[in-house]
Amino acid sequence: MNVTAIKELLYKMADDLLIIGHRNSEWTGLGPILEEDIAFSSMAQDKIGQAGALFEILHELGEGEPDTVAFMRDANKMHCSQFVELPNGEYDFSILRHFLFDHADQLRFEMLANSSFEPLAQVAKKIKGELKYHVFHANTWLVKLGNGSEESKARMQTALNESWNYALGMFEAGDFEKELQSENIFEGEEALKTRWMANITPFIEKANLKIPDTKSWEPILGGRKGYHTEYLQQLVEEMGEVFRLDPTAQW
Amino acid sequence: MINSLDPRIAREKINEDNTIAPLTEMDNWETYEVFHQKKRGEQHEHVGIVHAPNNEMALLFGKEQYGRRGISVNIWVVKTSNVFASDYDDADIFETVPDKQYREAGGYKVMEMINKYKKENKGL
Repeated sequence: MNVTAIKELLYKMADDLLIIGHRNSEWTGLGPILEEDIAFSSMAQDKIGQAGALFEILHELGEGEPDTVAFMRDANKMHCSQFVELPNGEYDFSILRHFLFDHADQLRFEMLANSSFEPLAQVAKKIKGELKYHVFHANTWLVKLGNGSEESKARMQTALNESWNYALGMFEAGDFEKELQSENIFEGEEALKTRWMANITPFIEKANLKIPDTKSWEPILGGRKGYHTEYLQQLVEEMGEVFRLDPTAQW
Repeated sequence: MINSLDPRIAREKINEDNTIAPLTEMDNWETYEVFHQKKRGEQHEHVGIVHAPNNEMALLFGKEQYGRRGISVNIWVVKTSNVFASDYDDADIFETVPDKQYREAGGYKVMEMINKYKKENKGL
């Protein structure tokens, strides 16, 4: 097993989940209505838990303690895509990001359920139900808002246009795509992207929204290699603020 | 209109002179009654209500409010407005006279106790 390749894969997945989990949790107490506030917060918690499971595997492979790894790194050491670190904006953008990200996340874990790297395959099987529910939630909101008032339609289309190139950046190729494929660990970002397109398209159509013209597609890359927007450093400082006060404290 | 980052204030639609704009359609969603089933084959039990704009979202919220903790295998949601209920003014239709007590189902409780005893003392 190519441990370096596995670690790279685990880090980007864990960081994506940690950061989007944190971002989504920023809606707690501010959600559009009480029921949705609880639903979105509960899913954000699930995501942090999923990130935790991956940091646990990394720890078993020789990396630091999960909490330390999660809360002590600066932005340039993080491997999340830039998409997940963007500020929440309004609920239109947050729901759209949730839709685009969670479809990719569900498919990635679906592919990994057959991975030759057993610990990851086990996590994938364990969280299958959570992911299914998250995607159901995202689809329901997307279709509802896309078919709502003129304002909600326009907001959703704008959010989709603005998200698109960032979303494509989620599929930035890693340094070990071939190794991961040849060892049957993971089929790779390109295969994931193809499946993702096939899965999201029918729901975007059902929501009466339009995927931006292919001519405008320019994936925003760099996140996987530690290049981030200005927003990530602020986020990690806030997220790790309490932990950093005393990293040795027992919780 | 007073704009706030806090949606609880923003959605009140407060005018500059502090008057509040009247509610329009969809400002308040309908309520749905939620029923959950703990085990396949068991009866669905009423657990509470949620606000939602449609069936699908009522299911989502029902799952979140009432199925998040504890065990559920299935959830029903029904628009509250679709429930046909008796009137509290007619509560007297449930009243009974003492000499009809033999028709009450109190006796079944004894059967339950007997069955429970038999179950717990299998083989006696």
